[in-house]
Amino acid sequence: MKLWQAIWEAFESLAANKVRSALTILGIVIGVGAVIALISIGRGAESTITGSIEGIGTNLLFVFPGGSEEVRNPKPITLGDAEAIADPFQAPSVVGVAPVLTGSANLVAAGESTNTSLYGVTPDYSTVRNYQLTEGEFIDSSHILGRSSVVVLGPDVAERLFGRREGLVGENVRIEGQPFRVIGILESRGGSAISNEDEVAMIPLTTAQVRLLRRSTSDRVDIIFVQAISPQAVSLATDEITQILRTRHRTEIGADDFSILSQQDFIATASTITNVLTIFLGGIAAISLLVGGIGIMNIMLVSVTERTREIGLRKAVGAKKSDILIQFLAESSVLSLVGGVIGIMLGWGISVLVGQIAAAYDAAINPALSLDTILLATVFSTAVGLFFGIYPANRAASLEPVEALRYE
Amino acid sequence: MNDLVIEAHNLTKVYQMGDVEVHALRGLSVSIQRGEVVAVMGPSGSGKSTLMNIIGCLDRPTSGEYYLDGKRVSELKDDELADIRNHKVGFVFQSFNLLPRQSALANVELPLRYAGLNRKRKERARTALEAVGLSDRLYHRPNELSGGQQQRVAIARALVNDPAIIMADEPTGNLDSSSGEEIMELLLQLNRESKTTLIIVTHDPEIAAFTQRVIQIRDGVVLGNENKAGLEL
Ligand SMILES: Nc1ncnc2c1ncn2[C@@H]1O[C@H](COP(=O)(O)OP(=O)(O)OP(=O)(O)O)[C@@H](O)[C@H]1O
Ligand SMILES: [Mg+2]
Repeated sequence: MKLWQAIWEAFESLAANKVRSALTILGIVIGVGAVIALISIGRGAESTITGSIEGIGTNLLFVFPGGSEEVRNPKPITLGDAEAIADPFQAPSVVGVAPVLTGSANLVAAGESTNTSLYGVTPDYSTVRNYQLTEGEFIDSSHILGRSSVVVLGPDVAERLFGRREGLVGENVRIEGQPFRVIGILESRGGSAISNEDEVAMIPLTTAQVRLLRRSTSDRVDIIFVQAISPQAVSLATDEITQILRTRHRTEIGADDFSILSQQDFIATASTITNVLTIFLGGIAAISLLVGGIGIMNIMLVSVTERTREIGLRKAVGAKKSDILIQFLAESSVLSLVGGVIGIMLGWGISVLVGQIAAAYDAAINPALSLDTILLATVFSTAVGLFFGIYPANRAASLEPVEALRYE
Repeated sequence: MNDLVIEAHNLTKVYQMGDVEVHALRGLSVSIQRGEVVAVMGPSGSGKSTLMNIIGCLDRPTSGEYYLDGKRVSELKDDELADIRNHKVGFVFQSFNLLPRQSALANVELPLRYAGLNRKRKERARTALEAVGLSDRLYHRPNELSGGQQQRVAIARALVNDPAIIMADEPTGNLDSSSGEEIMELLLQLNRESKTTLIIVTHDPEIAAFTQRVIQIRDGVVLGNENKAGLEL
């Protein structure tokens, strides 16, 4: 018997039991739909997260204090370290260095009060992090030298304090009770993987050191942002910085008291997390596909029992074992394949819907339905149909013709 | 002339029913010539159906030798048995055994389908249905046909592959006497035209009267062989 004929007959025989076939297919539809929806939503979330990390800047490096736990006397990173990294002879792959103190503070203005992240920064910070201003200007070297009481506000902070984002240069803001003058407003960047970058206030690093973000030693900083000359130079820059800091901190080789992370490291970490999440969600969905498969097996077993006489008759007129096997495998495969196709469409529909709901809540998830996901779901659901069809089909094929014919 | 199409020696068939052994056949021997028309008679439970199933390769004997067309059946594999059922033997059942959702034509096509025939299938099935006088019922389903018509479809299915032997286990058992006679006429016509060997199980002496030889079975053995001349064979 030709394969297409077996498939056609499978359709005919399934059509004879429409409700039953539809319910069996539903089990596969739900399973495949869930797999497709969860995987494509997971992929969408992954690309959103990596995309926002990429938005940080592809040639950025982060230098943190603290590294290997074996260092007995870890040293903090300091302004001196930052200056050494900025030396073009020691670190030719570095173009920009921005040491930063980070903390949070209470801001009061025009009767409104809000808590936000507070950064003590140098003028280079705006170029290293690629900040643009909508009005005013960024902190400059005279502010640093004079330890001026000036502040650059993120748009969200400005919005909350003043109810607007423009015309704020020259306004006064109290930070932890101390008066500061607004000199600039940052352009909106939206949320990123690390933090909401519109939710910040920036003051001169020197001002922060002496007044608001005081540290145990005066030249200590929390993080140094380093800009490499190009994305390709990132690993070279990492080596140069490592060399400089090892010398300055006099650490033994293999036991650094600092860490250098690149944007690629963040992406790798985030990808690992979202991948685990996707696999986990997909795994849960796969369980429902498994349940759908058991549904197929159940129905096929019922069908074999119901049609024992038919099988006996087919054998009596010359059907071979393989003919019966193919007949029943075709039926279970058709069930799972039809369920798979509908499930793919359903899953795609669900993920688009989730994407739109997310967009309505300002979280951009673009569900990514890729060909390999569709292929995976199709192959998987057909495999489920075949796998769970084999036992019933084999049972049908192994029936002895006389016994099958005598069956009531 | 000694052209034996069926030759069975010492067939036994034992059914195991829990602790009890049921001996359906106890060393039965029988031989049938090509083109013969034979009736198998005997009381209920004597082993007629068991014998038919073994001769028709639907079942295997517990012991004994069986040659069909000179081939030793006990040596054959499952697929070879399927081939024999497909090409050599046509079976007609008491309860018709048609596929309920399929048309008469599709039912008759079934053996051809398993024979791997694709091109001339419809044509041959149609010819077979015409031969049994159902050319105007090709697309009726079994439940749209009378009992006699259903049995004629079953006969068309049995003869569509030009088998050497047609075996019928009480083919008229579910029919009234007039349609029973029609069925017998049909089978005998086949025998006359194509030299098909006929083996018919029946309880009805009137049906047996159509045949050339009656094999009497009792308790799983052949009690007597009587041909139309009234001579013991
Ligand atoms: N599958 C089976 N399991 C157990 N015993 C069986 C089985 N099939 C037949 N028998 C037994 O074998 C014996 C012969 O049965 P068989 O069906 O051959 O009788 P029969 O001559 O065809 O009877 P009838 O005229 O009523 O059809 C009976 O005693 C029956 O009970
Ligand atoms: Mg019987």
